[in-house]
Formats: sequence, structure tokens, C-alpha cells
Amino acid sequence: MPEYQNIFNQVQVQGEPEMGMDNGQGLIGERVGKPFFSTFAGWVGNAQIGPIKLGFFGLTSLFTGILWLNIIGINMLSQVDWSLSEFVRQLFWLALEPPSPEYGLSMPPLDDGGWYIIASFFLLVSVCSWWIRSYVRAQELGMGKHVCWAFAAAIWLFLVLGLFRPILMGSWSEAVPYGIFPHLDWTAAFSIRYGNLYYNPFHCLSIVFLYGSTLLFAMHAATILSVTRLGGDRELEQIVDRGTASERAALFWRWTMGFNATMEGIHRWAWWFAVLTPITGGIGILLTGTVVDNWFIWAQEHHFAPSYDGSYGYEAYQAEGQ
Amino acid sequence: MFRKPDWYEEWAKANPIRSSGPLVLLCTVGVAIIVAVGIILMANPWQTSTLQTGPRGLALGVIKIDANRTEDPTIAGYSSSEPIIPTGGEVLARDAYENAEESLGHLTKDNYDRLVTAMRSWTGIEDLFAGEENYQTVVARMMIQMTQNINEGYEEHVGGAGVNCYTCHRGQPVPSGIWFNNVPVNSNVSGWAAAQNRATMNSEYTSLPSDALEKYLNDYNVIRVHDLESRVDNEGTATIQDTERTYSLMNHFSNSLNVNCTFCHNTRAFYDLEQSAPQLNQAQLAIGMIQEINLDYLTQIEDVLPPHRLGPMHGDVPKVACLTCHKGYSKPLNGLDMVSDWPELTTTDDEVVYE
Repeated sequence: MPEYQNIFNQVQVQGEPEMGMDNGQGLIGERVGKPFFSTFAGWVGNAQIGPIKLGFFGLTSLFTGILWLNIIGINMLSQVDWSLSEFVRQLFWLALEPPSPEYGLSMPPLDDGGWYIIASFFLLVSVCSWWIRSYVRAQELGMGKHVCWAFAAAIWLFLVLGLFRPILMGSWSEAVPYGIFPHLDWTAAFSIRYGNLYYNPFHCLSIVFLYGSTLLFAMHAATILSVTRLGGDRELEQIVDRGTASERAALFWRWTMGFNATMEGIHRWAWWFAVLTPITGGIGILLTGTVVDNWFIWAQEHHFAPSYDGSYGYEAYQAEGQ
Repeated sequence: MFRKPDWYEEWAKANPIRSSGPLVLLCTVGVAIIVAVGIILMANPWQTSTLQTGPRGLALGVIKIDANRTEDPTIAGYSSSEPIIPTGGEVLARDAYENAEESLGHLTKDNYDRLVTAMRSWTGIEDLFAGEENYQTVVARMMIQMTQNINEGYEEHVGGAGVNCYTCHRGQPVPSGIWFNNVPVNSNVSGWAAAQNRATMNSEYTSLPSDALEKYLNDYNVIRVHDLESRVDNEGTATIQDTERTYSLMNHFSNSLNVNCTFCHNTRAFYDLEQSAPQLNQAQLAIGMIQEINLDYLTQIEDVLPPHRLGPMHGDVPKVACLTCHKGYSKPLNGLDMVSDWPELTTTDDEVVYE
């Protein structure tokens, strides 16, 4: 009996492409692209690529997203005087920067952040269209909206960084640059400017949920894989009709750490941990510079971090300062 | 008490899998770990040691790989000679030579000869002070005043070791580690985008701003960016852009001295001077010193320098920063005494005290 599993796949299903349902009234015509099979994709997932449903929002999202990316790329190319070799050489350093601080929330000249504002507008349209698409697709397939609400949590953080916080701060220059190293510079500078973001409690929560997500993902995936041969991979059946796989998995955790999630509940754990990562992170960013200017001092004032009133013991080192 | 399901053994027998593959992998990884641990325990080529710069428990220190702790090779090229202590009645340089360098004319002839010989060796300029036809002689006059001023006014920073020509020059007519204004670094953009996102020497090859040295060490822009209360009125306070520029300057400090942030800072609170190592005070003194060197001395020689010695983009004078003296060592020349033999360079007075 051949085994069918992803990663270390020994068997791939490659045959007549699966085209999905048709209602005889042109439903299938919405899906475009001739399906094909990829052995590489089959190693890690379904070997069939396509067809894809684009629709109005899908096309809008792709179109504006491509515009956004191209505006960035052409601006970068312009910054190196249209030299392709320099473009490649400096790619990780180059960026499309937000406007200089003196322009506030007004429209700056194109060469000083104007293109950034235009590109950001297209990105906003692109991301929001993709969200609508994820909502409509789920509705039409008769699914719950869990995916698009989770995506909305990520969009919240995105909007805080690029829209809400710059407006509250009164300057587009607060937004994050589009560039590989430059956006990391922004991140480091953001933490340093506001007195160490590690003392921002919402940053702490975000880290808890982020690391918690990875832990839960590993625990759940390992649990299910370990009971697969007992039928545990058929999770939906196990939720409504608990079998020996669920029983053993539950006992494993209860006997190991005294507590176990349920076959359905573990997915709610994972969903909320993942969703709360950008939600709490976004709150933390939104409060930074608008409500709190120095998180370490704030943390000490609110007994979130200890205050060190006494001597640090530097006197012994003063004499040997070099 | 839990047994495998009845069908399992039979199924497993009918579907054998090759288990030697993972075994080979496991053995390879195991051997690699044993070898790696063995190297680390017995002869770790990346053995590190830490210089503690603050109280315990705060991670204040500089970690370096021992193999990378090398002696500055230019120390060997330094030459010095003992001063010839005047007993009174010596011929002064300005009387002995018709074209004696005016700023050193008050020295005795012997000490003048000694100093000029040393300066020629330190700077690699053979005909220094042989006449004003060479612009380097005119520059050197200004540089002598600068050196005297540093030794006199910034003793706290250069304390003990002091500086002379060799501290920067190291036998080269033009010292290494100098810098020129290089903004804009990008084409077809203005404002903030023109000053950053390019790997340049001034940005320490990061994507941070390239105008940090110019703004902080030649102009007087404010380096600190933090608010010292949990909430302040935001009008006019430092922006993210200011912070990135400060970060760029800190990269220069760090790389010039070959140390990390915790050489000076308690990184929990970069802004808090109370929690910082004493080295931070040294750096603050140095900032003032560099500003003075750049503005009071180097800017003054702009008309003297030939065009090919000026900046390629803006025709500005070469300027100094930490790297010009430190050259990758937290103590330039490993703290070598540069002034005990050269009292002529330690005072701006005409009265030189020989001991």
C-alpha cells in the first residue's frame, strides 16, 4: 500500500487535473490558467498548480501590487543612475524612502517621498483588495471567515505602521521605508529612539504570542504526526468522533504536563496566538511616540521594570577608564 | 498497556522502509558534533576573551576573538629621541637658520633639528620645513598648533599618551581614516533619501545616513535623540531620521575603536549617562575635540591645500574622526607615550619646559 504524505513524499498524485465544481452555467469559466503538475510542489504539498480564480478583486490586487513593486524598483534604479549592475550590487542597501520630516502630512515632491506616497496608496489598495478576495472566496465556498479575519489582524499592524501612526504623529516621515536593509534600520532606530521597545508591554505580549505560536505549531504538528498511523491525521473526523488517536494524543499531553487541549480547541489556541501577535504588536507601535516617548522610563514609573536608585558600582571603574 | 493495533505488525512487515538512510545521516551528524566539540575543547581557534567595562551583571564588556587581537603593526615604525635639555646659552633655531620654521624658532638649534627630523620621519615628507614652496610646510605649521592644543586642552582624552604627528600620520603624508562630505549619495532624489541607503565609507558600509560625520563632527547637530521623561511634547524632538543618523555615527565610533556598543553603553538604556561606562565620557570629550580640530584647524587650511587634496565631490578639506587616530584600536598605538620625548608639542606657550 503506497503512502501519501507531504515532505519525504514517496508518492505523488499526478493525473487528470482537478478542476473543481461546475454548475453548468459558466462557473468553471471563472477559473483561469491551464493546470499543470510540479514534482517539486508535490514534495511539499499538492503537485497540481492551478487553475486560479482571479475575479475583480484578485485582478485589482495583482495590478496595484505589481505597480507598487515596480515603482519601488524603478525608483531604486533611478537612484543608481539607471545602472543595472549598481542596482544589483546595491539592492540590499537601496530603498524608496518616505518623505523628509519637514513635509508633515502634505504631498511632498516626487523625488523626496512623493513616489513613496503614491506607491503606498497602491499597496493599500492591493492589500485591501486581497482581503476582500479572501472574504468573498470563503463565502462562496461556504467556509467560515477565519482566514480573512486572521489576515485582517496582520493588516491592522500594516495600517498602524504606514497609516495610523504617521497620521497621529503628523508626518509621513514616520512610515517604514521600502528597502531590505533600510527597513531594518528603521526598526532598530524606532526601538532606540523611544527608549528601548523591549520595555513596551505590548511588544512583550506580541513576542509572547509570536513565540507561543511557534511552540503551539510545533506541539500540534508533532502530536498529529505521531498519531497519524492511528488515524489521527483525519482531524475533522477525530473532532466529532473521537478515536484512539485523539485519546492517545490527549493522554500523552495530560500525563506529560497535566493538561491537554482538545482536538478542536488546539486550532483555536493556534488561531488566537497567531492573530494576537500583530494585534498586540500594532497596539504597542501605535502608542509609541504618540502616548509614550521613553518606554524604559515608562516601565519604571509603572513598576513594570525595576528602578535602580542606588549606585551602579561604576566608581571602581572610573579610575581605569580608557 | 497500550498495544499497537493488530494490523500494524503485519502492515509494517509488508511495507518495509529503508532505515539505513537516516542512520547514515545520524552518524554523520554525530561525528560532526563530536569533532566540533573536540576542537572547541582542545584548541578553539575562535577562543574569545572579554574586557569588562562596567559592573557585573550588566553585560558591559567587549568580547573579542583572541586570534584577532593583534598588535598595531605601525607601532614598529615609530621613532623617537630624547630631548636635549638646554643648559642656557644655546643658539636658538631662528638665529641659527635663516629660514627656520617660525612657529618653532624659539627652540634651541639642537632640539629644532631633532624635532624636524622626527616630523619628517613621522609624516614621510622629506622636505618638510625646507621652505614654503611646499604647501605641506604651511599645513604643518597649523598642525603643530593643533597638536599643541590637543595635548594642552584635551589632556583628559589623550591623557598620558598624548599625541604627535605620528598618531594620525603613521609615516604617511596624508593620514588614513580621513573623510570628506559625500552627500548626496543617491541620484535623482532629494532630502532624506539622498543622504542614505548607499554603502559608503562615511556610513560604515551600512544603509544608514552618510552625513553623520558631517552633521555631528563638523556641524554641531545634537547627537542625543532620547526623551528623558516617559511622555513629552513631541514638537521639535528627534525623528526616526535623526536616530538613524546617530546610529550611523555610533557605527563609526564602534568600528574605529574595534569595540561594540557595550564598551560605553548599558544597552538597556542607551541614553542614561548614569548607567554608562566611563568610556562614554571619553567619547563625549572626543566629540568636542574633533569638532575643534575640524573647524578651527583643518577648515583653515582649505586655501593652502592643492585641489587634489580636497574632497572629490564638494572640494571640502579632509576632516578627522575617531578612525584618524584610533585606526581600529581602543587605545591608539596601544597607549604608546607620544609626548614625553617631545615637550615642544605639549604647550602652546613659547616657553618649553624640558625635564
